Amino acid sequence: MVEALFWPAILAYGEAAFAYASARTSPAATWGVRLGWLAQTALLAVQAARSDGFPWSSWAGSLNLFVWLVVGAYLIWGCRPRFRLLGLAVMPPAAILFLVARVGGGTHAGVRSHYGNLFLVLHVGLVLAAFAGFTLAAALAGLYLWEEHRLKRRAADILRLRLPPLAMLERLAFRTIAVSLPLLTLGLIAGIVRLREDRGSVDALEALTALTWLLYGGFVVARPAGNRAAYFALGGFVLVIVARLALAGSHFA
Amino acid sequence: MTLSLVGLSHHVAPVELRERVTLDIEASAALAAALGDAVCLSTCNRTELYLATGDAAPAVKALEALAGRGLGTVLYRLHDDAAALHLFRVAAGLDSLVPGEGEILGQVRAAYEAASTGPLLDRVFRQALGVGKRVRTETAIGESPASVSSAAAALAAQVFGDLAGRRVLLVGAGRSGELAAANLASRGATIAYVANRTVETARSLAERFGGSAIALGDLGAHLTDVDVVVSSTSSPEPVLLASDVPARRRSPLFLIDIAVPRDLDPAIHQLDGCFLYDIDDLEAVVAETLAGRRAEAARAEELVAEEAERFRSWQAALDVVPAIASLRARAEEIRSAELAKVDGRVSDDERRTLESVTAQILNKLLHLPTVRMKEAAIGADGAAYADAVRHLFGLEEER
Repeated sequence: MVEALFWPAILAYGEAAFAYASARTSPAATWGVRLGWLAQTALLAVQAARSDGFPWSSWAGSLNLFVWLVVGAYLIWGCRPRFRLLGLAVMPPAAILFLVARVGGGTHAGVRSHYGNLFLVLHVGLVLAAFAGFTLAAALAGLYLWEEHRLKRRAADILRLRLPPLAMLERLAFRTIAVSLPLLTLGLIAGIVRLREDRGSVDALEALTALTWLLYGGFVVARPAGNRAAYFALGGFVLVIVARLALAGSHFA
Repeated sequence: MTLSLVGLSHHVAPVELRERVTLDIEASAALAAALGDAVCLSTCNRTELYLATGDAAPAVKALEALAGRGLGTVLYRLHDDAAALHLFRVAAGLDSLVPGEGEILGQVRAAYEAASTGPLLDRVFRQALGVGKRVRTETAIGESPASVSSAAAALAAQVFGDLAGRRVLLVGAGRSGELAAANLASRGATIAYVANRTVETARSLAERFGGSAIALGDLGAHLTDVDVVVSSTSSPEPVLLASDVPARRRSPLFLIDIAVPRDLDPAIHQLDGCFLYDIDDLEAVVAETLAGRRAEAARAEELVAEEAERFRSWQAALDVVPAIASLRARAEEIRSAELAKVDGRVSDDERRTLESVTAQILNKLLHLPTVRMKEAAIGADGAAYADAVRHLFGLEEER
């Protein structure tokens, strides 16, 4: 069953990743994102139904959930005709990470959960959702800097590219972070409660996540504008990448 | 029914000739009415007469009378699907000086609505309006700006998005600056200030836009209060230096310099949050977008050809419709006559059964020939099939 859902999802994401390369095929890419996300949603539902607990407790499993959250956030905030280049930035990595999740066993059904209580499930789910939001905000910030660079270069094709306006990118990146920060806050609180229950000690990932929270908290409070806001969002995303890719293994272990 | 077109346009006729045959909407409607079932489309770039007849001689005479001379090779004459294709290209803006310009669609609509049309012209003009709308919806041909002033407004929208509530400072009262300001205002921006060497001129322009007049020397003080600056003075020296521009912390400043020599210090563009475009930059953007329009035009041509093919099928089917109608009428006549022969010899129930059965037989028998004739009409054989049916079933006298 999961096989029958994984392949449509990865094919649809792959199609979207390629189809976003051209404005003409961009509408087909949008359908690829929608259909792929629906297939992945069904895959996650099957995983949830066949698991005896939280099915995404492994590193690869959490990557599967993370991809679903990123694509979901993109569907809500960015899946519009003028956001083709955002799709081009989001969908190829999403498709690759989804494949990596499969290779790591994160898309299988019937896995045993490592998590014993609700706090842990909430902690992982909320932190991943926040990280997905920060990822999308970073893509929006990257697109902002690229478009600003083209405007500064006075590129003659700036209108032909049909990019979203700078102000819209800035506003969407801020909103995405403003929505993601409370999720990270709740996720951290759940993690702290679980840590106190287990009388565990703070590891490098937890310290880094706290730093990420501080950085994005500062962003929401200070609300920088223009390219400063974009650099801020990208700086925060570097911490997210380190947390997701470099340190997550030790935390999950 | 034959569709004919005679006309002249900017492709073949110089302005000296076009201006003599250009008519306003009332005169166009009067000419169309005088020609019978006709539509007159007259704009600054074309005057065309669409007729529901194969005889275009009266229309040619009318145009030559307006021109005051023979039009000979300047006039084009098209018929049926070629005329429909031409009209569809016109409505889509593909025959315009600037490909994809939107004004022509409104002019086609006005010409159609001003005329009193029969079924052929009604169909072809309604389809043309649909084609024009479809091309603008399904391609990006009409989206990009085609002039320096509209490019300036489009670039401002690229920075700010919705221009509603954005404040504009207009420096100088030149015609090109005014046009750019009008374009920005049409997108919702507010012309907050007008600065000019002559304060009276500034005041009169500011009143027109609902803004305030300020002195040229006060530019720097008002820059914190605006989002867009449009400058088009004839000053030989820059009117705004980079050192006069306050740092932008919250919102960008977009500056448009249409003046030659330039009014705005080019170093302003290097400031954080400032985007300065001069006349060369704007012209480069326009050239690029026009190239884009031409690329989109290829897609639009495909849509137009598809619609022209639909029209051709519809028009071809018209050739066989009378034959089909005659055939069905003759069959129904025979059926009714045969049923009349059994009147009084069968009960009411039996009569109803007979009527139902004979009607079904007739429908089933005529269904396939009807479909085949319509199919043949789309090809080149429609008229031959119609003639054959008329001959075989003795329908000649009904032609």
